[in-house]
Amino acid sequence: MIWDWHFAGSILPDLLRGLVVTVEATLLGYAVALGLGLVWAILRRSPSRIVGQVVRWVVEFIRSTPLLVQLFFLFFALPATGLTLSALVTGVLGLGLHYSAYTSEVYRAGIADVPVGQWEAATALNLPRRRVWAGVVLPQAVRKVIPTLANYLIAMFKDSPLLLAITVPEMLHSAYAVGAKSLRFLEPMTIVGVLFVIVSVLSSFLLRRLEFRYGNN
Amino acid sequence: MATTDSAADAVLPEDGAAGTDGIRFDGVVKRFGDNVVLRELDFSVAAGERVTLIGPSGSGKTTILRLLMTLEKVDDGVIWVDGRSLSHMRRGDRLVPADEKYLRRVRSDIGMVFQQFNLFPNMSVLRNVTEAPVHVLGLSKDEAVERARELLELVGLSDKADAHPGALSGGQQQRVAIARALAMRPKILLQDEVTSALDPELVAGVLDVLRDIANETDITMLCVTHEMGFARDVSNRVLMFDQGQIVEEGTPEKIFSEPENQRTQDFLHAVLDQH
Ligand SMILES: Nc1ncnc2c1ncn2[C@@H]1O[C@H](COP(=O)(O)OP(=O)(O)O)[C@@H](O)[C@H]1O
Ligand SMILES: [Mg+2]
Repeated sequence: MIWDWHFAGSILPDLLRGLVVTVEATLLGYAVALGLGLVWAILRRSPSRIVGQVVRWVVEFIRSTPLLVQLFFLFFALPATGLTLSALVTGVLGLGLHYSAYTSEVYRAGIADVPVGQWEAATALNLPRRRVWAGVVLPQAVRKVIPTLANYLIAMFKDSPLLLAITVPEMLHSAYAVGAKSLRFLEPMTIVGVLFVIVSVLSSFLLRRLEFRYGNN
Repeated sequence: MATTDSAADAVLPEDGAAGTDGIRFDGVVKRFGDNVVLRELDFSVAAGERVTLIGPSGSGKTTILRLLMTLEKVDDGVIWVDGRSLSHMRRGDRLVPADEKYLRRVRSDIGMVFQQFNLFPNMSVLRNVTEAPVHVLGLSKDEAVERARELLELVGLSDKADAHPGALSGGQQQRVAIARALAMRPKILLQDEVTSALDPELVAGVLDVLRDIANETDITMLCVTHEMGFARDVSNRVLMFDQGQIVEEGTPEKIFSEPENQRTQDFLHAVLDQH
């Protein structure tokens, strides 16, 4: 099989459309992961020990089941409960939920790093719990873990082809469709690989700048 | 829990009976694991009184202040602040363990300055001082800022309002911490070795501020300090602690000039040698 530039050029628009979906799903999923992970991390510190333990097990459960299984579960089980979401939305939720288990651990480490004296000063000032979180603890905790959180964006990006399994028209899905139609897989798959590399390298570069800005202080 | 409740019942005051102003420790027991730090400690501090706690490291002084600030819980006995128990609240005619809402009420009269300052590094100096007045007392932003600026002037840091704590010296940070505590208008100010973490040349500035506050307000003060000159100047009474118990108490003149207890004498010698 010989590389065909003409064919490669003709399928590029399709693949780029797929890339847009991939990036979209990753970014939206990342937003879900950041928000939900924060909720887990805060609930783990709930004054109610039951809440803290339940959340701990939920997070542990999410982390120890494969993303693909979770995606299938959401895709096939949610409709059974009467909730029908598009493949993309299901994928975003799946990615976000899965990675929230990881981001919550990152937040947790950041929160644990905030000196206990900060909590005590907040208590001595009688600050309400919400204010302690929003005004004192989270600003300090999150700042320290921004580079680590950003790493998970790249990890999610690399996991996004799994959305193919639930028919999200992301990049790998497009490549497969093109390949199946023309029975040529070399070009689409190579281009997908190259596009992944380009985006990954670009984001690693941005990430390093982020680390430089927020790292180690 | 059961023992705590029965102990509380034993000293359950008629309303107002124990409602004397000030602080009273009533058979207070505090343990950390097997380590009994305070065993049945009794003492009182009248409203407006300035009391200095001295004693060797590990004698329980910090624990006493932390119990008052509700950063720790008593294992037995009761701490009364202006007639209210810090650990139990009244429900009907029973005393039950205090809930968060009740704790927030009793805490509102108490402020604390810590050895390590504990300023919020993510906020400007001004916001450190306005944060609690706005979010706890419900002051408007303008009122809180005005109050904060007055206090920053009092502690000599008007020009640092917009700085971040990290840019200040330890002495300046501690003065901000004092302003931050005072912004809540506490009736009681707890001070735990507030100059111990400071470079020697910065100590005097902080102590001067505290002297001013002692002279110009009627805040009840409990100070843990090794600064005997300061203790002599501001306090009405000195309590000497050893192993969680008061081994001697009296006016600063008596304790510092003619201590009777051997352990007080030894302790004072040790402290003076260090200085
Ligand atoms: N959080 C804690 N956990 C375990 N032990 C503690 C804790 N805080 C204080 N202690 C113990 O309580 C005793 C009294 O400590 P502390 O009140 O800090 O004394 P002081 O302030 O007089 O030096 C010490 O033996 C100390 O080790
Ligand atoms: Mg101490």
